[in-house]
Amino acid sequence: MELRPILSTLRRHKTTSWLLILEIALTCAIVCNAVFMIGHRLQHMDMTTGIDEHALVQIQLAAIAPTPDIYARAREDLAVLRQVPGVQAVALTNQLPLGGTSSNASIKLDPAQREPTLSAGTYFGEDIPQTMGARLVAGRHLQPDEIVNADVVIKALAGGNTKGLPVAVTVITRALADRLWPGQNPLGKTIYLTAQVGVRVVGVLADLVRANAYNDTTAHYSVVLPLFMGAGKDQSYIIRTRPQVREAVLNAAVAALKKADPARVVTQQRTYDEVRGKFFANDRAMAGILVGVIVALLTVTALGIVGLASFWVGQRRRTIGVRRALGATRGDILRYFQTENFLIVSFGIMLGMVLAYGINLFLMMHYELPRLPAIYFPIGALVLWIIGQLAVLGPALRAAAVPPVVATRSV
Amino acid sequence: MFGYYLDLALRSLRRNKALTALMVLAIALGIGASMTTLTVLHVLSGDPLPGRSGTLYYPQVDARDDSGIMPGKEPPQQVTEIDGFNLLHAKRADRQALMTGGSVPIRPDSAAIDPFYVEARYTTADFFAMFGAPFRYGHGWNAADDEAKARDVVISGELNERLFGGANSVGRTLRMAGSLFRIVGVLGDWAPSPHFYDLNTGAYGYAEQVFMPLQTALDLHVDHNGSSDCWGNGTGGVGRIYPSSSCVWMQFWVQLDTPAKAADYKEFLVHYSEQQKALGRFVKAPNVRLRDLMQWLAHMQVVPDDVRLQTGLAFGFLLVCLVNTVGLMLAKFLRRSAELSVRRALGASRRALFAQLLIESGVVGLVGGVGGLLLAVLGLWVVRHRPSDYAALAHLDPAMLLTTFLLALGASLLAGLLPAWRACQVAPALQLKSN
Repeated sequence: MELRPILSTLRRHKTTSWLLILEIALTCAIVCNAVFMIGHRLQHMDMTTGIDEHALVQIQLAAIAPTPDIYARAREDLAVLRQVPGVQAVALTNQLPLGGTSSNASIKLDPAQREPTLSAGTYFGEDIPQTMGARLVAGRHLQPDEIVNADVVIKALAGGNTKGLPVAVTVITRALADRLWPGQNPLGKTIYLTAQVGVRVVGVLADLVRANAYNDTTAHYSVVLPLFMGAGKDQSYIIRTRPQVREAVLNAAVAALKKADPARVVTQQRTYDEVRGKFFANDRAMAGILVGVIVALLTVTALGIVGLASFWVGQRRRTIGVRRALGATRGDILRYFQTENFLIVSFGIMLGMVLAYGINLFLMMHYELPRLPAIYFPIGALVLWIIGQLAVLGPALRAAAVPPVVATRSV
Repeated sequence: MFGYYLDLALRSLRRNKALTALMVLAIALGIGASMTTLTVLHVLSGDPLPGRSGTLYYPQVDARDDSGIMPGKEPPQQVTEIDGFNLLHAKRADRQALMTGGSVPIRPDSAAIDPFYVEARYTTADFFAMFGAPFRYGHGWNAADDEAKARDVVISGELNERLFGGANSVGRTLRMAGSLFRIVGVLGDWAPSPHFYDLNTGAYGYAEQVFMPLQTALDLHVDHNGSSDCWGNGTGGVGRIYPSSSCVWMQFWVQLDTPAKAADYKEFLVHYSEQQKALGRFVKAPNVRLRDLMQWLAHMQVVPDDVRLQTGLAFGFLLVCLVNTVGLMLAKFLRRSAELSVRRALGASRRALFAQLLIESGVVGLVGGVGGLLLAVLGLWVVRHRPSDYAALAHLDPAMLLTTFLLALGASLLAGLLPAWRACQVAPALQLKSN
């Protein structure tokens, strides 16, 4: 196919051609970045928690009047819950993986260190990994005799006397262990939560995601500490059961708790799947909006190409007729318009790639988005080429159908 | 002439119905999407207390030891209990209030209503006057009530409606957190958004139903909600134990009526920090901030990133729609070059052609703009019915309505000017020759 006549025609429609190129470039740039952002969101939403999600339910209660002994209250509640048919395991926890509201600690490897090494999510409670189904890959779980009531620890810390506390131990996630001591055995190592409080690692979990898992790299840094928090509105009972009966077990568990102490209100009662769904609700909505934007952009651009091509076909009926009369086949005419569209779209894509890169740089600066991988460029180009060809096909076919006799008529 | 041109324009637009519909729809979609997102952005970044925000300041002092979880030179985002009360009692500002958040159980007298939890604010006397909270009945408590740990409470209009059917409940008692309180005031509709005075509770769609004296709350050990950041051996508290003395968990706000007073107050904060360092409480060199309300909101970046991103996307989409319409319009006009050059040859001035074409493209832009406005109203309705915490705020206010109108007008002119100008450049009668 000879390109020169096409280029010279386009030069005669400079403004219109540039507008179409600009439109395709903008569409290409926005679509490339939007697809990338969707991928980013989906990847984030795909985050593993390391727990047996479908088997878990959460209950949160708040007392109407001050509770005299929150530790006794919680112990009794746990005993009551274990009696509920269908309950396989139960634990009191200060936070849930992907629960949103979080408890965190800054961790040091050396008590004299000025700046902490990193921040990790802190789970306080007994049997938390076992109940949630977080798999132990090395060492052991926390033992019942290592568990201390929270007020004992708080008082010891406030008084600056931590000597009287039982031997402090912790179970940490593998991600955290690998980050703190790459390539080493974490068992027996000590991390410092304050200058005075060091805890020895006795077990490693395959995974247990933190409550505020907004950042994909730090999401899996968690420690479990042998601290019993007692009953309170911020604490949750987490129950493991069979996924098929979780709703019934949840209702039965709430009924049993209210019977054990009627002077409280249920502030949260849900399956773990709902916890997870809520955590990613914004990301899901944003991914949906991005899909909508992509569809709208591609539709508008495709319709724009159809409209413009139709105009040009109408405008060039006579020229087409002359070419047909001079021996051009229908295929020649068809290919002419297809090639013309291919050229315009290619120009648009080239400009669009530069724009896409620029937009990505801007987003990287303002929204902590990674660099746009190069693979998005050829994919974006391919999509636009296909859409361009499909859009131009109708008008091009109409052009090809122009009979040679048109050449002999005056308009 | 205008009527005639309008008639010509409508005829021309009717000739290509599908194309006209496409152009109008593209502009309408672009404007609708942009205005929806821009309105949400505008509402979320708005001033929660117009007229007052300029004199409200959020002092920050740095009580931390050498290390801590808050990096950099920025002081903590809240104050410790000790610093809060020190600054409150210093009374160096025109008004000042110390506060923190919580939630309290209410046990209604009527057995028909089950006990329930409400969001609460524990604060000091100046809170209401300083923030301009309107009272429907009664009034707030005074500084003496603060010190006396009075069992006084101010409730929201909503809670008053729920408990007392909206009647004047001042003087009646309320059983909260196991104690009896006397209602001294009922607020009118008041829910500043963003919830600037304590952003830890969530910036939007949050309003307290109960306000009680801070010292009363601390005395009764009612539940604390919100963020607490600790250093050293500090712990965030559990049960009836509040966060330790080396934790920041309270917010302190001041009203300073003139910039000079604000400058003085900042000096006072430096002086206070030096004094605390001399006493051995502070370790670091004075590290203070005194941002006004809007600066504080900007510093905290309250507007969600996603909302900004959506606005950017919508304007990108509008740009594509505009380019699309301009291109189509131009192609359409140029196709009529023959007709236009005949008109030029018959004596029509370039200006007259321009006017005729502008009317045609203006009609498309204007109809698209009106469509965009309708779509924006629809879009905001959709936003209001989404489960985000700022959903209820998404309304078109007069300022945004005007912006929408201007945007629609600008877009339609932009979509009309270029094609009209380009098309009326035809030479008279030149087109006649080629055919």
